[in-house]
Amino acid sequence: MRPIANTRSAAGIPTGRLAVWWVLASEIVIFGGILASYIMNRLSHDWWADYAANTSTPIGAFNTFVLLTSSLSAVLAHAAAERGDGKLAARRLLYTIAGGGVFLCVKAYEWTMEISHGFTISANGFWSFYYTAAGVHASHVIAGMILMAFVARDAAKNAELHRVELVGIYWHFVDVVWIFLFPLLYIAK
Amino acid sequence: MATAEVTEHHDDHGHHDEGFVKKYLWSTDHKMICFQYMFTGIAMGLLGGFMAYAFRMQLAFPGASVPGWGGVTPADYNSLVTNHGTIMIFWVAMPVLIAAFGNYLIPLMTGCDDMVFPKVNRLSFQIFLLSAIVLLASFFVEGGGFGGAWTAYPPLSSKPEYSLTPLGSSLWLVAVGLEFIAFLLGGINFVTTTMNARAKGMRLYDIPIVVWFIVIASILFMASVGPLVAGAIMLLFNQNLGTGFFDPDKGGDPVLWQHLFWFFGHPEVYVVLLPAIGITAEIITTFARKKLFAYKTVLNTAIATGVLSFTVWAHHQFVAGIDPRMANVFTISTLLISVPVAEMIFVYIATLYGGKITLNTPMLWALSFIFEFMIGGVTGIFLGASGSDIYFHDTYFVLAHFHYTFFPIAIIGSFAGITYWFPKMTGKMMNDTLGKLHFWITIITFNLIFIPLFVLGAAGQHRRIYNYEHFPDLAGGWMQDLRVLATVALLVMLAAQVIFFFNVFISLRNGKKAGNNPWKANSLEWVAPSPPGHGNFAELPNCYRGPYEYSHPDREDDYWPQNEPA
Amino acid sequence: MVRSFLVQASSFAADIDFVIDLIGVLVGFWFVLASCVFFYLILRFRSKDEGKAEWVTGEEKSQKRWITIPHILVLICDIFILVGAVRVWVHVKQTMPEETTPVRIVAQQWAWTFVHAGPDGALDTDDDIVKIDELHVQKDVTYRYELSALDVVHDFSVPVFRLKQDAVPGRVIEGWFKPTLAGEFDIQCAEMCGIGHGMMPAELFIETAEQHTAWMADHAPKSLAAVSAP
Repeated sequence: MRPIANTRSAAGIPTGRLAVWWVLASEIVIFGGILASYIMNRLSHDWWADYAANTSTPIGAFNTFVLLTSSLSAVLAHAAAERGDGKLAARRLLYTIAGGGVFLCVKAYEWTMEISHGFTISANGFWSFYYTAAGVHASHVIAGMILMAFVARDAAKNAELHRVELVGIYWHFVDVVWIFLFPLLYIAK
Repeated sequence: MATAEVTEHHDDHGHHDEGFVKKYLWSTDHKMICFQYMFTGIAMGLLGGFMAYAFRMQLAFPGASVPGWGGVTPADYNSLVTNHGTIMIFWVAMPVLIAAFGNYLIPLMTGCDDMVFPKVNRLSFQIFLLSAIVLLASFFVEGGGFGGAWTAYPPLSSKPEYSLTPLGSSLWLVAVGLEFIAFLLGGINFVTTTMNARAKGMRLYDIPIVVWFIVIASILFMASVGPLVAGAIMLLFNQNLGTGFFDPDKGGDPVLWQHLFWFFGHPEVYVVLLPAIGITAEIITTFARKKLFAYKTVLNTAIATGVLSFTVWAHHQFVAGIDPRMANVFTISTLLISVPVAEMIFVYIATLYGGKITLNTPMLWALSFIFEFMIGGVTGIFLGASGSDIYFHDTYFVLAHFHYTFFPIAIIGSFAGITYWFPKMTGKMMNDTLGKLHFWITIITFNLIFIPLFVLGAAGQHRRIYNYEHFPDLAGGWMQDLRVLATVALLVMLAAQVIFFFNVFISLRNGKKAGNNPWKANSLEWVAPSPPGHGNFAELPNCYRGPYEYSHPDREDDYWPQNEPA
Repeated sequence: MVRSFLVQASSFAADIDFVIDLIGVLVGFWFVLASCVFFYLILRFRSKDEGKAEWVTGEEKSQKRWITIPHILVLICDIFILVGAVRVWVHVKQTMPEETTPVRIVAQQWAWTFVHAGPDGALDTDDDIVKIDELHVQKDVTYRYELSALDVVHDFSVPVFRLKQDAVPGRVIEGWFKPTLAGEFDIQCAEMCGIGHGMMPAELFIETAEQHTAWMADHAPKSLAAVSAP
């Protein structure tokens, strides 16, 4: 049973959206901490560029493309949910989940290659940041996929459709984090 | 759990009987979650107090066997001071002030039936409880509990060969991380409930100051803790995977952690200060029968303090090897932050003017909060000014200074809140005589502990030393006498807490019935029955005015409840 | 304030003590004033009879004055403190005197290694004198220290100098001091550095010119003595 408090909206913003914004704000400062530390270190260590040269920009670019596409289908899922078409929304969320899956597979391939070349997480500061930043991001991708699976299950029954938007907001955030990671870890050489 | 039983008592007759687990351990009711946080916090507080007892005994009587602990080895000593600090901040001040009072007061004071997301609320406590268990477990693993100070500076904290606590340091870090997650989850409810679930008619400036302050504190916490969460991940990887973040051999830098830590660490002071000083606002207005002097100014000072608190962190690192030019910038911001904090204190003092002051137990706690916190505030200037911090850094002067802020916050603030809302929480009045006795002993002994430590710090005694006999300039004579004095005062203070628990016990049994509004206060929680049942209010109240309309000239009564139509 | 507990043994100790006293006077004044008003109000307005308290909103200008004026005065005091503190800070930590004798300080768990320059006044030469937990300096000579740590963060603290500086692994931090008073004093480690943190004292010997020369002669490295003997 939900409390009456849950149904009120004194600020005029749906409570669920407020909560998601809160989560995102706290995530932003977490990633902000990692990225700020990385940038400060990168600026003071020219030689890190030599290691950054070993990352594969094409693979990173492909993954960026995959994530952006998956975000598009999250937007389309929201549009479907707005129209009340839960079945379509659920299907489009599944496409997004599939996009996340492709992203993770590519990531796994990439890491395997790098580790086999001896670039492990403990090799030096650059690789520590590389694996930690991307790893924390990947854990958010996984969490987003799990959440989306639950939302899609409900949406297929036309229940809790407003959650399609909320999980979409979260997925966009995961996307945006990657937009920051990609140039910092791959392009800057 | 005595308090909790009484709270739920009335409710049970009207409703169905819930099982013990569902009612006490698996509850989603904000009041029960308050009690869960409060009891866990008090239990951890007793543990932290016991640790203080053990290491203060070692300092007063070096090498002697401490009753109840045994001999205090250097490793023991480090682990005790580290965990005393960690526990008192993360497992006492945070859960009692923000989580317990936030959970209890926000729905009641904003006039709604529960938090917006009760299940998230329950999850937040469960993660918190898990974090406490992980911390306790860290004492019993091989090598013992972590002993690298609560600031956990690497490389000491990141390499087992330096800290000699291979598992203890990781468990400590995991516990702190879980605690952060618990409070990030808790913050969701505090903010959304206050923003969205307010009673009809409650405008932004009708929200009681304590609710505002808990919300601001939650936002401060959320915005400052992120970098440290990132830092905790890095440190955990450093400990267990050999990453190079803080390792100079791999191109890392130990000072990075200090920035991440203090970027959180300084706002954290205000995170716990704001709820405590908010509680004080409620009590002072009620017992001075006065409108809060310049409500909007109070709110603005809190926001200004919060914003400024993000710009001062490196004053903890003046001599830590940062670029010395940076110290000047941080001295300026640190001195600036004294302005809104001083202003807040002035406002509280001004509120007393023209009042009708009743000096009962909650009011004594609230007033003593202001006075003791002032001492903490003014001594902070010595440390925030770079020139004098060269000398005072890492002496007992620092230690005494922050105990003069954290003790008023965590202990005085909590006692103020508990004694003030006890009638609401339990339906019984607390014994005022016992309450005053407890108050006076605690306050006097508190000052007797920490004034000597100011003196010792000024004389050059540095921190985290298990035995000063190794330092000829600090070893003997009057300095040792002061250490003994502080320890004896601590013993008396710890013993005096028995009075408080006895008072709670006796008041629950024999206390006078409180009624809905024993203090004739204005805010909405006093409209609800004492103790409030499930759903809090018989009928959800509407709000017509601000919370501090005491002694309004148009009224015969000297109070004007927020829910009373004009 | 500090002077009554500890002698001033460096050229800048008096400056730092002055800042401390300045802050003490300024904040002490505010603290005493605020406390007096605070206790006066409590005593004056204790509830003695029935009747109501005064209605003061604090929103009007004439009332707000009581907050804004102290507010401005506090700000002015802050400026005095700021000027005093920064002046000393720049002198002690940001400026390096011109003619200095180097001394290398290496901290590790849990000992201090002091590398004295020896008679030639330069480090990394044959006549360097290495001492564990003993620092010998000459009165009225300006020293430039090179501070480093081998393992964890330590802090080189000399209370009688009013000097503190963290030693950070991976960095060499430079600073200076000029002893002005002969005697033997404590050196502390003021940053938590593990279980031996409480057992990491060192001794500071401030010697007159003659004493110091004699000490250097006594402790000249053996290799050097062997070379110059025949």
